[in-house]
Amino acid sequence: MSVTRTGALPGTLHDVAVVGAGVVGTAIARELARHRLTVALLDAADDVGTGTSKANTAILHTGFDATPGTLEARLVREGHRRLSAYAAECGIPLEGVGALLVAWDEEQRAALPRLAAKAAAGGHREPRLIGPEALRRAEPHLAPGALAALEVPGESVICPWTTTLAYATQAVRAGTGLHLRCLVTGVTDRGDHHELATGRGPLRARYLVNAAGLHADTLDALLGHRDFTVAPRRGQLLVHDGAARPLVRHILLPVPTARSKGVLIAPTVHGKVLLGPTAEDVDDRRATGSTAEGIEALRAAGRRILPALGEEEVTAVYAGLRAATEHPDYRIRCHRDQRYAAVGSIRSTGLSASLAIAAYVAEALGDAGLDLGPARDLPPVVMPNIGEAAPRPYQRGDLIAADPAYGTVLCACERVTEGEIRDALHSTVPPATLAGLRRRTRARAGRCQGFSCGPAVRAAFDAYRGTRPGPGAAEAGER
Amino acid sequence: MSRRERAVDALVVGAGPAGLAAAAELAAGGAGEVEVLDHAPGPGGLPLHLTHRGFGPRRSPLGGPAYVRPLVRAALEAGAALRPRVLATGSPAPGTVDVTHPGGLERITARAVVLATGARERPRGARLIPGTRPEGVLTAGELLRSVRLHHRPAGRRAVVAGTGPGALAAVRALREAGADVVALVTGHPEAPLLPPRLRVPVLTSAAVAEVTGADGLSGVLVTGPGAAVRRLDCDTLVLTGEGVPECELARLAGAALDPATRGPAVDTALRTSLAGVFAAGDVLRGGGDAPGAAAEGRHAARSALRHLAGGGRPAGLLRLDAVAPLEWITPGLLPVPGEPPPRGRFTLSVSRRVDGPVLLAEQDGRPLGRWPLPHTALPGRPLHLYGMPFAAADPLGGPVRVRIGRTSFPAGPSRG
Ligand SMILES: Cc1cc2nc3c(=O)[nH]c(=O)nc-3n(C[C@H](O)[C@H](O)[C@H](O)COP(=O)(O)OP(=O)(O)OC[C@H]3O[C@@H](n4cnc5c(N)ncnc54)[C@H](O)[C@@H]3O)c2cc1C
Ligand SMILES: Cc1cc2nc3c(=O)[nH]c(=O)nc-3n(C[C@H](O)[C@H](O)[C@H](O)COP(=O)(O)OP(=O)(O)OC[C@H]3O[C@@H](n4cnc5c(N)ncnc54)[C@H](O)[C@@H]3O)c2cc1C
Repeated sequence: MSVTRTGALPGTLHDVAVVGAGVVGTAIARELARHRLTVALLDAADDVGTGTSKANTAILHTGFDATPGTLEARLVREGHRRLSAYAAECGIPLEGVGALLVAWDEEQRAALPRLAAKAAAGGHREPRLIGPEALRRAEPHLAPGALAALEVPGESVICPWTTTLAYATQAVRAGTGLHLRCLVTGVTDRGDHHELATGRGPLRARYLVNAAGLHADTLDALLGHRDFTVAPRRGQLLVHDGAARPLVRHILLPVPTARSKGVLIAPTVHGKVLLGPTAEDVDDRRATGSTAEGIEALRAAGRRILPALGEEEVTAVYAGLRAATEHPDYRIRCHRDQRYAAVGSIRSTGLSASLAIAAYVAEALGDAGLDLGPARDLPPVVMPNIGEAAPRPYQRGDLIAADPAYGTVLCACERVTEGEIRDALHSTVPPATLAGLRRRTRARAGRCQGFSCGPAVRAAFDAYRGTRPGPGAAEAGER
Repeated sequence: MSRRERAVDALVVGAGPAGLAAAAELAAGGAGEVEVLDHAPGPGGLPLHLTHRGFGPRRSPLGGPAYVRPLVRAALEAGAALRPRVLATGSPAPGTVDVTHPGGLERITARAVVLATGARERPRGARLIPGTRPEGVLTAGELLRSVRLHHRPAGRRAVVAGTGPGALAAVRALREAGADVVALVTGHPEAPLLPPRLRVPVLTSAAVAEVTGADGLSGVLVTGPGAAVRRLDCDTLVLTGEGVPECELARLAGAALDPATRGPAVDTALRTSLAGVFAAGDVLRGGGDAPGAAAEGRHAARSALRHLAGGGRPAGLLRLDAVAPLEWITPGLLPVPGEPPPRGRFTLSVSRRVDGPVLLAEQDGRPLGRWPLPHTALPGRPLHLYGMPFAAADPLGGPVRVRIGRTSFPAGPSRG
């Protein structure tokens, strides 16, 4: 069990190397860890889940709107089922709030029955039409003028950060070597194995999985393929302070029409409200900045849907890049002769489908000759709860009585305690930066953004960094 | 869930200047058991972390810690209990506050509550400044704590947005920490009068329009005046001057908000919409100064004492509406019958410069008064209106509209 960020990589011959530790790559590593394989998981960044996996809309989709018959439709549907169960087992924050596709004009209203029929064709029979009165009862703060809605019960919101971390944690505990700050720059076929050139020296593996997200085509090209080209599509999002949370109960989805895609408003499991995303084609795969036009467009769209949202403070603006390609479906290819699988074109549903993609890829590798051996159930992990639906440490007298550090709130806006910061730094995959600490604990993710707690949180980060857990279990930490 | 249930006579949330002054007044005034909660490790509020000499008497200003020490002592001597590291997390009913502290969970019920939870500076996200999200963008409050209390470096080249007292304190702290202050960026058309020691380039009628840099800040784009766009290389951006009321607890308790200040709506006795719940200090409008906050704390405490002694609620309330370019007026509600505001004055804010300003009030189209002001009205500088200016308002009439206009001749000595 190891996580490294510096030094040479292990010289042993691995069964599989997975490049990319986003939600997809970590899910694949976890799936492979169920089989007694030696796996190395590599990422260029200093943490897991720092690519598109950290900057999305955090919805666990049912797949009701996917085109029936596509691989995406199948894997999202299966991924939803798997991840719903997995989240319950691991304590990943998830709220089954359901979605409403709200129609604001006749064209949109006319589209609703068609969407319901398409969903039914894909096996989703739950969506149902509701009228304006029922809609108003369901969402009292909606702007006047909503005509009808399609209600989709299974759509959920989930914590994308905890999901990726849970996969990585389980994989690492089961023996996967997680190597960070490890950019893969070359691949050489050595007959029975690949030799990867990385910023930290070579790594050898018999099989190779490309889960490099936005850079999957670049890696694919290193193996001689031009199967797809990533054309990043940026999505900007605004996060509103928790004070806005009572304004919305469901995920409010736009009705897609020929003329516009529209934006969504969704609660988050962290008690905030998201507004977005935009959809802009960009050239630069690092263009994760927000723009004045994007922010303005989102604010205007948000006010049209939920006028009171415009009065609330924004806590953060961020943008993620969808790894779109020329293909309208997922592009998962296994090259048997090269002992290589590429996972491409996972555009805007990769979080939802992650566990199903992982199972699909493992099976494909098996078909390609990798001896998977029998699968075992991994020992369950329980992740620290950073969601609002279950009691957090600051709300638990039992924990505080056992360990006063859980009653010492350092980040007041987000109610993050010293105990949780300590536990994060003592966890299986500890953070390397304050941003990493934020994704694990929510420290500094609130409305003051560090105005009041910033220096104290940093001091705790520095103090516990590199220390080891003392005697006695960290009750609310990862188990 | 195991919450220890406790009862006190008066509960003050927030141990800054407003809360400490309120506690001292309450305890000295015979409120009984008075308790002050703060989630910080010690009492004092913001000034405890602001060591620059800007507090108290104008002629010989003190550092923040020296300024609050007597307030802490006065509260303790009057018999109030100061409880650090106690975070108020909710308010299931008016007068009841749930807290978390290292000793456990409590539900505290009080006959009177004073909310003195202060304000925060609006951070980058809330200002909707586009661009990347690198390290190195922070508020003055965080910078000052970080540099002065935690002795952390402040970067090498800094840009400071804003020109108020927070900005000047930031410039001093940056210089002390060895950083070069590249520019002050202000939306105002004129540069502020800077003390000679703090001379730095000032970009007026300008705004930080974008943040660049991957992991660390590499620079900012500044727009203005007019269509000008320039890039300033820097590794630190300090945002100052826009305050937001820290009123989560007030909202959780169900107190009505003033739509203009976004703080709890209060009348001149600093009563909120909830019986027995009062508010004072920066939480009322997102900014101010420490002595003003302390004065409001005392004022709220005196109202709370009258409440504890069985005093009733006002028979009615008249709303004060600030008309643009006025942004707000606090207190924003007039009780019927009238009661004087804290320090005998209303505070107003203006969104743009007005020379030779005069305040005008009317109700249902009927003029109530006209008050020339002694100085030019500037954004970010509070205006004051003294006395009981709205005494002539009809208690059964509509809201009182307060406007700002210009006198035909400059205000000043000629004022009659
Ligand atoms: C705005 C937006 C909203 C979205 N909303 C949702 C949603 O609500 N629900 C949902 O299910 N999905 C959503 N998605 C899609 C989802 O976020 C992605 O499908 C998913 O995160 C993709 O994960 P990944 O692991 O493939 O990619 P990434 O998370 O980008 O991971 C790829 C990793 O590979 C690493 N890497 C790349 N090249 C190399 C190399 N050469 N060497 C080493 N490491 C390398 C990168 O550092 C990165 O960490 C959204 C996407 C966006 C942009
Ligand atoms: C950068 C900067 C420089 C400044 N310089 C000056 C200056 O030179 N001179 C001057 O007079 N003023 C200055 N000020 C303004 C001055 O600090 C404030 O006006 C004053 O502190 C307001 O007092 P207060 O009691 O209302 O709030 P605060 O001093 O902010 O105190 C509020 C307290 O409430 C606590 N609190 C909040 N919520 C909770 C909760 N839920 N549970 C428990 N506790 C809670 C907080 O921890 C805090 O301690 C400056 C402000 C800033 C930001």
